[in-house]
Amino acid sequence: MSNLEQKPFNVREIREEFPALRQQVYGKNLIYFDNGATSQKPKLVLDAINLFYSKENANIHRGVHYLSQRATTDYEAARQRIQRYLGARKPEEIIFTKGTTDSINLVAFSYGSTLSAGDEILISAMEHHSNIVPWQMLCERQGCILKVAPINQRGELIMDEFDKLLSKKTKLVAITHISNTLGTVNPIKEIIQKAHAVGSKVLIDGAQSIQHMRINVKELDCDFYVFSSHKVFGPTGIGVLYGKEELLDRMPPYQGGGDMIARVTFERTTYNELPFKFEAGTPHIAGGICLGKAFEFLESIDMEAAERHERELAKYAEDMLDTFEGLQIIGEAKNKTSVVSFSLKGIHPFDIGTLLDKQGIAVRTGHHCTQPLMDFYGIPGTVRASFAFYNTKQEIDTFVEAVERSLSMLK
Amino acid sequence: MNLTEKQEEIIQEFEVFDDWMEKYEYIIDLGKDLPKIDDANKTEDRLIEGCQSRVWLDSHFNNGKMHFTADSDAIITKGIIGLLIRVLDGEEPKNIATADLFFISKIGLQEHLSPTRANGLLGMVKRLKLEAIKHISAA
Ligand SMILES: Cc1ncc(COP(=O)(O)O)c(C=O)c1O
Repeated sequence: MSNLEQKPFNVREIREEFPALRQQVYGKNLIYFDNGATSQKPKLVLDAINLFYSKENANIHRGVHYLSQRATTDYEAARQRIQRYLGARKPEEIIFTKGTTDSINLVAFSYGSTLSAGDEILISAMEHHSNIVPWQMLCERQGCILKVAPINQRGELIMDEFDKLLSKKTKLVAITHISNTLGTVNPIKEIIQKAHAVGSKVLIDGAQSIQHMRINVKELDCDFYVFSSHKVFGPTGIGVLYGKEELLDRMPPYQGGGDMIARVTFERTTYNELPFKFEAGTPHIAGGICLGKAFEFLESIDMEAAERHERELAKYAEDMLDTFEGLQIIGEAKNKTSVVSFSLKGIHPFDIGTLLDKQGIAVRTGHHCTQPLMDFYGIPGTVRASFAFYNTKQEIDTFVEAVERSLSMLK
Repeated sequence: MNLTEKQEEIIQEFEVFDDWMEKYEYIIDLGKDLPKIDDANKTEDRLIEGCQSRVWLDSHFNNGKMHFTADSDAIITKGIIGLLIRVLDGEEPKNIATADLFFISKIGLQEHLSPTRANGLLGMVKRLKLEAIKHISAA
């Protein structure tokens, strides 16, 4: 497996790797500030997609022929790369899924089936719908109870309240590492320790953290960590569920089909071992291999410097936006990443988003799949600019000017 | 003017704009000028819920013609509503039910009526046509 050398952090050089950033929309240079929704892809990943379908395409785990063996080797090598990057003990602890949503549903069905009526699931008030609805469905099926830890106006979890909700009845704490709407970084290390102290398991929704900071699941000691490939510079349609082996081993399969079985008869089927027990059917082979490439790319980035750069961008943007009359930053946690969400008095986020779009700037507007959070703030939605390490201060200058121009038109 | 002529008139008006921002400036002004629906009349049955912006539609049938008032919480959506009403208001139900609103794509606003643009506009046009159909069958 080839390795790229880690270089000193340099935005200009990093941007060179992302062809999608070098294009014009509506005659303007594209400014891509919708990284919270999905990230752009580096050449390393794009080339690998092309190479796979041009030269390697075959089904895996079942072929005697050359191409199948090569695809299998590459797919399993990707799993190992991700295992090493995350600091997991074994490759078997890395389950390929369709993405964050799929990973959470897998846990909700499989781990969830071991729970009983009255058992509690604890989530937070800032969760994405993907980390709310699967638990509500579980509660309906099994009679479990969903508890929601509240947040303060700054968008931070209120730890005292969290502590009060945590008890011997809590069987799972499912919480986002970073809020996609507010950028709040939750104190997951503390949460994991506290949950373990009462015998609860912990699932971390890493959809918004894996691309911003170095994650080590062994150090965190979380039981599950889930994320989507497409937000971490890989293809869509694939993602990861990390789970501790002893836990995954005890969990029943989620979906049935090919690849997940050891032996099938009409009387009785025995299941394959980890990780295949949870990977029924032909997976997204190219996706898995190319997600491996995305991690190879990440290994070449000084993530600490990248995170510093991203936080600087957010601070820079917030300081300038804060001067606009009637503009309110939503999400002012002390510890936050590169998400800047705001609302404007008397102006609908959709209008700002439309005008920014026509000025070449991609942001997201709306509730960001966190409707309960919008209800908490009493707003229909926000305008959200979310930065990646390939974004620049110049882009923010242009963005702030474009916001100003949009406001002058809408007022 | 018939439905087609009204649309052609709008297309001509839009030809003077050089860039997108000018176009939107105009749409925003239309939105600001459009009569509002009173909050008291913004009832559930008039609401067309989009994922982002919401639209309220009120329709009346009078002397064989349909009349509409509509409102939105987003001003751009409202401006586009203004254009739609200009074309459809005062028309006979059968003309509305079969109307091809070609001007929308001609002036470059088709994205606002695509199924992925969750602003309630597509829902509003569907509701408009349904209302019209009701009055055709009643006639
Ligand atoms: C915090 C969080 N959780 C879950 C998801 C769902 O991810 P996906 O749609 O890729 O499954 C997202 C994506 O927006 C997210 O930001």
